[in-house]
Amino acid sequence: MKKLLCKTYLAILLLLLYAPIIFIGVFSFTESKVLGNWTGFSTELYENLFFEAGSGNGLLRAIENTFIIALAAAFASTILGTVAAMGLKNLKGYKRRAMQFMNNIPMINPDIITGVSLFLLFLFLHVTQGYVSVILAHITFCTPYVVLSVMPQLIQMEPNTYEVALDLGARPSQALWKVVIPQLKGGMISGFILAFTMSLDDFAVTFFTRGTIGLETLSTYIYADARKGGLTPELRPLMTLIFLVVLILLLVRNIRINRNTTKAKA
Amino acid sequence: MAQDIIIDIRNVSKHFDGKVILEDINLQIRKGEFVTFLGPSGCGKTTLLKIIGGFKEPDQGSIYLNGKDLTGVPPYERPLNTVFQRYALFPHLDVYENIAFGLKLKNVPDKEIDKRVRKMLKLVSLTDYEQRDVDSLSGGQQQRVAIARALANSPQVLLLDEPLSALDRKMRLDMQIELKEMHDKLGITFIYVTHDQEEALTLSDRIIVINEGRIQQTGTPADIYNEPCNSFVANFIGDSNILNGTMIRDRKVNFIGHDFDCIDEGFGENTPVDVVVRPEDIYIMNRNDSCQFNGVVRSCTFKGVHYEMFVDTEEGYEMQIQDYNAFEPGTEVGMLIKPQDIQVMKKDCVCNSFDAEVLDENHVTFLGGRFECKIPREFKAGDTVCASVAFDKVGLMDYADEGELVGRVRFPLYKGDHYHLEIVTAGEALIYADTQEVYDNRDLVAISIAPKDIKISAKK
Amino acid sequence: MTKKASWNLPYFIFLMIFVALPLVLILIYALQDGQGHFTLSTITRFFSDGDSLATFALSLEIAIETTILCILIGYPAAWILAGRSFNKSAVTAALFILPMWVNALMRTLATAELFNMLGIGLGKGTLLCGMVYDYLPFMIYPIYVSLSKMDKSYADVAEDLGATPFQVFFKVTLPLSKPAIWSGILMVFMPTVSTFAISEFLTNNKIKLFGTIIQENINSSMWNYGAALSLLMLVIICLTKVLSEDEKVAV
Repeated sequence: MKKLLCKTYLAILLLLLYAPIIFIGVFSFTESKVLGNWTGFSTELYENLFFEAGSGNGLLRAIENTFIIALAAAFASTILGTVAAMGLKNLKGYKRRAMQFMNNIPMINPDIITGVSLFLLFLFLHVTQGYVSVILAHITFCTPYVVLSVMPQLIQMEPNTYEVALDLGARPSQALWKVVIPQLKGGMISGFILAFTMSLDDFAVTFFTRGTIGLETLSTYIYADARKGGLTPELRPLMTLIFLVVLILLLVRNIRINRNTTKAKA
Repeated sequence: MAQDIIIDIRNVSKHFDGKVILEDINLQIRKGEFVTFLGPSGCGKTTLLKIIGGFKEPDQGSIYLNGKDLTGVPPYERPLNTVFQRYALFPHLDVYENIAFGLKLKNVPDKEIDKRVRKMLKLVSLTDYEQRDVDSLSGGQQQRVAIARALANSPQVLLLDEPLSALDRKMRLDMQIELKEMHDKLGITFIYVTHDQEEALTLSDRIIVINEGRIQQTGTPADIYNEPCNSFVANFIGDSNILNGTMIRDRKVNFIGHDFDCIDEGFGENTPVDVVVRPEDIYIMNRNDSCQFNGVVRSCTFKGVHYEMFVDTEEGYEMQIQDYNAFEPGTEVGMLIKPQDIQVMKKDCVCNSFDAEVLDENHVTFLGGRFECKIPREFKAGDTVCASVAFDKVGLMDYADEGELVGRVRFPLYKGDHYHLEIVTAGEALIYADTQEVYDNRDLVAISIAPKDIKISAKK
Repeated sequence: MTKKASWNLPYFIFLMIFVALPLVLILIYALQDGQGHFTLSTITRFFSDGDSLATFALSLEIAIETTILCILIGYPAAWILAGRSFNKSAVTAALFILPMWVNALMRTLATAELFNMLGIGLGKGTLLCGMVYDYLPFMIYPIYVSLSKMDKSYADVAEDLGATPFQVFFKVTLPLSKPAIWSGILMVFMPTVSTFAISEFLTNNKIKLFGTIIQENINSSMWNYGAALSLLMLVIICLTKVLSEDEKVAV
């Protein structure tokens, strides 16, 4: 009885959580411009998304921008964050606490504060706001997450690893590439993925730092679109696809973790 | 002789944060020798090894390898290899790749690498483990791979930093034998670092006992065990009774209230000394006329091969004795020590003496504390004098506000009827104290000294 | 090794330029008038403007209400997910966290559209619902992690000492999960109090929140006043953070 009650509670919550997504998913398969108005099954919106992208290619352009920015930001912050983590590991005392405190700020700060403060920075430094400023801003809030993902693996690494490599005849650069980096790969990859998704999802920071050259990412496109009144129909299939990709990735990852833990137990 | 020396350590000193890690170390190591640096943790032995390996630079002094100065030569250009305490096998490489790592860096041909790796695997008895993931190996196997990996580069000297400390006892004993065999087979020099005296005694050709950054004694295991040169070495290596004594004249020493014949000479007459007697060197028997002193057995424990007994002597000293025969607690026994089993050592110091400054007619300051005492008339405020305090007059309190100085206990030594402590003050100064109370290493104590126990004299 | 410590330099410089300096700039801009002279007028202007104050109060109210609702709804869910009877829950738990990975704007838009279709008028009610919907996963996640990592023997010991299941929950489980609740509060309260786009979508621009005013000021080149409002927001964030740290330590 108690178990049933619990399961019902979870089921209702999940249903409510997914209702909007399912709702969008269902109505991505109809042509109607107005949501909630079922005009028969059609895949036209999907075709539009990929081949015409309804509103003058603006959407496709925004998607492209989003990915370019996310890739650049994730790449740069993975390098910066890994180097920072290696340095941080060797710091002690107040220096270490100070660096960790600074590293935490972008994670705690609400997006709007990060956005406004960086907007003021670019204004102050007379940096023309556009691609570069957005990417720099994204690196700012992504790098702390990379540091946090690489750190555990650095700590797990045997303390003498680097010395052992030197001892066996590796030059410092060889020790780094052949021994240290391979051992940090896992943390770097998860840091990269985290940075990539943070960047993809960002709205507020991009909104404040993109300047006035008309740079649109997916988020700002949706925002502008919604302010004009209502969802562009092509966004429905896009949302559905994004959701499905995330769902599949997460499920695959979970199943793999589960399989690994059962394997480890056996 | 000079031809024979492979590693020559000359005047090496190292300081860190104002603390002495190593102080003027001089040591020559011969080709093919198995040398062990033995000492408690924090004594500087690992730092010395890291300086030899090139991971740390000495502040002063140099290391010479075959007569060539190694200063500034990075680790990857030194023909030495190290086996680290935590093996630090590369988890992203399998056993074969770990061992081949150094050879691949040197661009040795694949065929040659293959031959060499297989030879190494055979040496450490891990044939057929090539493709194994290093994480799947047991601690002992990982240690073997680490040794094989270091040896694969054919180093002239193998440095081992407490390589067996993470293994369980049984495995450790097996590995000790294997290491010894490897050393005999390869004929290269091994420098081994450990805090385990048993390990050092088993493995080494020569032991270097290190404490507080200084070499205490150098010698073969038998030398070190039988003739420790000071109370630290005696206490650190093996069990021992360490007692205060007085050298009455050559070949005659008084301790635990009796005169004993001994074989030591040259200490002078009526000189205070430390006396060491190993527990297995005290003969214990039912009382008879041949006994030198008497006592009552307090406890008796079976230790596998022998019995370990603690005996209270009539004069109030506690003696640790090992014997194949057991005497029940409460038994009245007699004891005897042969002259050659008494090891007499010079005392470093018989009384605390500090540079002090006179503050007023009844106060001085030394070691950063302010003490009340009686100042002889000839000294006035501002004079620098010598303040002496006998070991047993140093009062130890548990709470910081009860004393003038706070310090940390180091190296407590039981001396039969009291403990002799070294106390390190916040300013890194040493005070010796004799006490009946039991203190542990690193305990925090406050020091207070009664005014009458501080003797002021002119500075020498 | 000393060489490696200098690896800190690039990130240190980066943090200085992109984290420390911008925050200082908020302070500087907030205390300047349009001509670059020092002034406190931006601050006094806010406190004398009834509309701004009301918006500020409303933002706080909405954020607090959202946070409380998230705790009330999320805690039981996290507790059930981490429960013993539910040990196959890794995938179910993932399902609860999954929406976190979908663009928040998209989810909010979808919710607003759903309300529209159901004929529910957009207003404060829908705003609260939408916010809870958006941020619930952020509350469930830390509590779930904390509860599932919690040593079950605490509960066993309490039970052994005679506590009823209710007592076990209120005297042991709940106090032990307090740090996680505070993490959840931070993760929900901070973004809700500072939100701007989401509130516009969910109320069809009927209700303005504090974040929206900041955005409007910045976008219409009223940088100094925008910075002053941001400074105020920053103060709220710092207070929340300090408070939560205290609470976490107190446990």
